[in-house]
This record gives sequence, structure tokens and C-alpha cells, in this order.
Amino acid sequence: MSVTDPAQTDLGFTDPDPRRETPWSRSQIFVTPIASVFLALLLGGILILIQGVNPLTAYWVLFSSALGDVDGLVTVMQKSTPLILTGLAFTVGLRTGLFNIGAQGQLLVGAIGAAWAGYNFQMPAVIHLPFAIVFGMLCGAAWASIAGALRAYRSVSEVITTIMLNAVAIALVDYLASKPLQEEGQPLTRTPLVQATAALPEFGVIPSGFVVALFVSLIIGWMLTRTTQGFRFNTVGLNPSAANYAGIGVKKTIFLAMAVSGALAGMGGAVETLGITGRFEPSFNAGLGFDGITIALLARANPIATIPAAILVGTMRAGAASLQFQTGIEPEVVDVILALTLLFVSAPIVGRLLFRKRAMKQASFSSGWGGA
Amino acid sequence: MRARYAYTLTIAILAGIVVAFVFDENRTVSVLSFSLRYAVPLILAAMVGIICERSGIINIGIEGQMLMSAFAGFFGAAITGNLILGTMIGVGTGMIMGAFLATGAVTWKMDQIIAGVIINIIATGLTSFFYSQGYVLPAITPKLRIPVLADIPLLGPVLFDNGLFTYAALLTAVLLWVLLFKTIWGLRTRSVGEKPGSADTSGINVQRTRFWNVTLAGGLAGLAGAYLSIEAASTFERGLTAGRGFTALAIMIFGAWNPIGALGAALFFGLANGLASQLQADEVIDIPQQFINMLPYILTIVLLAIVSGRVKPPAAIGKPYEKE
Repeated sequence: MSVTDPAQTDLGFTDPDPRRETPWSRSQIFVTPIASVFLALLLGGILILIQGVNPLTAYWVLFSSALGDVDGLVTVMQKSTPLILTGLAFTVGLRTGLFNIGAQGQLLVGAIGAAWAGYNFQMPAVIHLPFAIVFGMLCGAAWASIAGALRAYRSVSEVITTIMLNAVAIALVDYLASKPLQEEGQPLTRTPLVQATAALPEFGVIPSGFVVALFVSLIIGWMLTRTTQGFRFNTVGLNPSAANYAGIGVKKTIFLAMAVSGALAGMGGAVETLGITGRFEPSFNAGLGFDGITIALLARANPIATIPAAILVGTMRAGAASLQFQTGIEPEVVDVILALTLLFVSAPIVGRLLFRKRAMKQASFSSGWGGA
Repeated sequence: MRARYAYTLTIAILAGIVVAFVFDENRTVSVLSFSLRYAVPLILAAMVGIICERSGIINIGIEGQMLMSAFAGFFGAAITGNLILGTMIGVGTGMIMGAFLATGAVTWKMDQIIAGVIINIIATGLTSFFYSQGYVLPAITPKLRIPVLADIPLLGPVLFDNGLFTYAALLTAVLLWVLLFKTIWGLRTRSVGEKPGSADTSGINVQRTRFWNVTLAGGLAGLAGAYLSIEAASTFERGLTAGRGFTALAIMIFGAWNPIGALGAALFFGLANGLASQLQADEVIDIPQQFINMLPYILTIVLLAIVSGRVKPPAAIGKPYEKE
């Protein structure tokens, strides 16, 4: 909680964006993230240059392979789907003043839960598909609730517990996929394929998981801005003591926000399993969780803006493989670019460069949601 | 109350060790040595956390700081052909990473958790990006056997026959305790972390104190990283730190932000892992490897749930300092 943020001092929930009156602020909301991405690409270009490749060629390969043809676009949509959902997961936490660093673990648990629900039962598709998705969400929610309960009722920092739970989840799903849930008759660490009744269909070429994710962002956006529960989340995030004074059960709200956040991340895993991989394999979902943080902050914790932010990140992720194939550059350059984007978007430096003094006063925007 | 529990637990563990030693000398010594080696990076990393948080800065990025230093230290040593030079490169890298966090969290007043997360992602990305195979260390790190002391039964082979990093870690913990609680620097550091406003009024430069503490603490993270790649693993691989930087944060809390307490907690963690590995190796217990891997993390969560509320973090932690 930063003392300088006006949101803290005048119970900012009456005006969700206290910076509204300044003439620059409207454009700043869009310009800062875009400038951050460009700056990150510029610095990433230096890395590429060190490897002896022309950065422009590399970026051309990166983006054209992802956006150049239908196959590429489908891949981008596939990659973006879990990213939208983990971005939303972090957003819901952030709005409530929580740092859910554990989207990764919740996603994995949700993915394997959905895989189990998908292959283990015989049901008509109308029931089976929703059941498998909801089961994955419940697994993610339950996993996040461990951290949520500890935070709400034992005041244990959710940052540390979610990081620990990530590590536990990685080991747990690896165990599950190698022993109890392993596909019979082969040595690989993976579950059987889900039943056809539980697989997500495609609308023409568009993966339906992507459509589901878009729909979920709208629901979360509506929930955060138009419902009582969303109001509770925002209020607890902006000022827990004021929320308590206003009669909002702060502990219950924190617990619930973590559960919702976990359910979203779990859904990301479920959609990935049921729509793309068709089964659970531990290596498929590496690193998706941290991208959610970058996406949420690029989108300034706005559920609708999460969509373009996730598509941008998804495009880079989709193009990374071609980048390695065609130019020999390690795909981890995308990780570095994304981390730099996160740096520029959350540090006040870009705003300071672009908007001079005004940005200085506002300091870091991310502390406006309650901090740690 | 708490102190009494800690004493009781310590005495019980020590008694258990002596009993075990009477029954099986070699195995006890080997478990304890393993435990101590396991604890070394945890001790150093927990000290990083203590210095930072005592100054009011949350350092989630210890993991990344260690990883970068392990990387730089190993390749530094392999390329220059000199272990000491490699270690110094590792420590220097740690300090650069420390300065990076200090710039973000202190100078730019960024959100401290985000700043730490960025360090972790950048470290994972850069070390994977520049990773290449085929490098080896010029030599094995030498052991320093302290004469006379090393001949004491049980204590000797465990404590006084180790690599230099181990002594450095133990000394750092004790030294940091003295520095924090018995020197002017320590008083200033603690005041900056508890009540920066008052510290500022009494003429302490809050920003500068925080900046340098976080930067220098990064050097210790560098030492921990260099230990991992140069002495413990003798190689570098992707994700070498394997979550130790996060476990260290839990150890810091379990040790109530006190270097000696954290030293005890780290040794306890080491012992738990040493025992689990030995039991597994002897086939006394048959637990899948994944559950052994989970152990430190589950232990962390359980211990945090137990101690929470009984230990208090420094009051000004996580908040950037604004002059009134």
C-alpha cells in the first residue's frame, strides 16, 4: 500500500480511476503498455544481436510465423487461451490486494483434474464436457484455497505459500501422471486421452477454448464492476480496514478471491488439456503461470484489456518455436522480452520518459491495488 | 514461550543425534554432513532475506539472484580456469542483481513483489538463453580440514572438515547477528525497516541505507549461487537453484528474522532432508521420489502455518519510503 496513491486516501472505489481528471491520463493508459512492449523488444534485440542475428529478421520471423497464415493464427489462439485465463486469475487476486504467484500450480492441478474427469467417465457430451471443465476449475480452486485459507485465517503471506504450492504441484502432477493416472501399456509420463465426449470442439478453425476464454473475461469484467461481490473484492483490495468497517467480511472475501483466482487458472489448465493436448503431459504447461502476471499488469488489471495483452504474449510464444527453427536463437529470448515488458510496465520509468513529471507523482501504478 | 520450544526442540534433536551416533557412527556422520551441505545455500540465502527485510525491502528475487550468480560463477571459473576468480564473479553478479532490485524497489519505488518476480523471470530466461554445454571446472574445490578440531568424534568430521563455503556460511550467520544487534549499522538498518520516518528524522538516509543493504545482500546471494554451481554441483544446469531461494524466505520467517534463528531453521531443514534421503537410500521407507522433492516445500507451508502470528516481520516491510 503506497501512501502516495490517491486511491488509498479517499477510498478510491468511488472512482476506480483516480487519475481520470488529468488530461494525459486517458492516453497514458494505452501508451505506457505499448511503449513498454517496444522498449522491451528493443532491448531483446540487443540479445539477438549478440547471437549474431539481425534483430529485424528475427522479429519478422517471430511475428510473421505466428500471424502470417491460418495455421499460425490458430496456434496463436491456442497459446493465448490459457494465458487469458491465468491473466484473469492474477487480475482477480490483484484487485483484492493479493499476489497469486501460484497460477502455474493451479493450472497444472486443474489440467490433470480435467484429464482425469475426461478419460475416467462415460457420459453424453452435453454433461461430460462441462463436468470435466468444472472439475478442473474445482481442482485449481481447491489448490489456491490452501494459500487463501492460510492468508485469510492464519495471516501467512500468500506470495510464499503460492510459490511453495507451485513446486508441490509440479512434483504432484508428475507423480500422478507417472503412477496412478498413467496411461497403461507405455512408459511415458502421461494420462490416457480424454473421451471424445469431453474434448472441446472447434468452430471451423477457431478453437472453442479461445471463445470460452473471451466469454470468461467478459464475465469477470462484469463481476468486478457490476456485482456486489466484485465491489467487495475491489474494496478489500483498496482498503481492507475500510472494507471491514463497512461490514464486508475481509477474511471471507480474501478466501473467496483466492478460490476464484485458482478456479480461473485451473480452467486454463482444463481448456488446454481438453482442447489442445487431449491428455495431460507434465512438460506441456511449463511457464504459463508467470506470463499471467505480465499480462495482468500490461492490461492494468482490467479483465477486458487482458484479451489483447494475452494475444500479444501468445503471439510471441507461438512464434518462439519458428524463431529457433529458422534463426537458431534460443526461444528463451521471449522470456527475457516478457520480463523486460513487465519491468517497464510496472516501473514508473516509461511513464516518466513519456509524460515527465506527471508520471513521477503517480509512482508505481501496481501499488495502487493494496501492495503486499 | 517460543524460545523455550526452540530450546526443547534443539536439545531433543541433539540428543537424537548422539543416540544415533552411538548406534551407527559412519551413517550418522554422513547424514549430518549431507544435511550441513544442504543447509549452506539456505543459510546464505536466508541471510540475504534478513538483511533486505530488516531494511524494509521484500526480496522475492533471491532465487533469481542465486541462479544468475551460479551461472556467472560457474562459467567465470570454467573460462578463467580459476575457482576463486569464478567465485568473485559470482559474488559480483549477485551484487549487480542486488543493485537491480534496489534500483527498482528503492529508487523507482516499484512494487517490491513484482520487482522480485521480474528478477526471477529474467534470471531464468538469461541463464537458459546463454547456457551452453561442454564447460568444466578447472579443479575440484579443496576441503579445509582444521587440525585438532577435526579429530573430535562426531563434531570434527561434520563441522571442521568442509569446503570454504560452509565455513563462510556459518561465519556469515554469526557475524550478521553481531552486526545487526551490536553495531551502529545494525541499529540503523533495523530502524529503517521498522520506522523509516523516525530514522529519517534522526538523520539516517533511509533511501541510501536501503539501497546499499539490498545491494550488498545480493553479494551473499551471489556466494550462495557460486556455492551451488562451483562446489555443490560442480556444474551448471538450467534451474540449478531449484526453489532454494524461496525456501530461504520461509527459513527467514521461521527464524523470526534473526540470523541465529534462521541458521537453526536452515540446519533443521537440512537435517529433515538428510534423514529422508538416507531412509530412502536404505530402503527403510519407500516413497516415490516426487514426494521426497515435495518435502521441503510442504515443510515450509506447515511451519509457516504454525509460526504465523507468533513472529512479526519488520513493520515497514514492503512499503516504499516517502518523505513527509
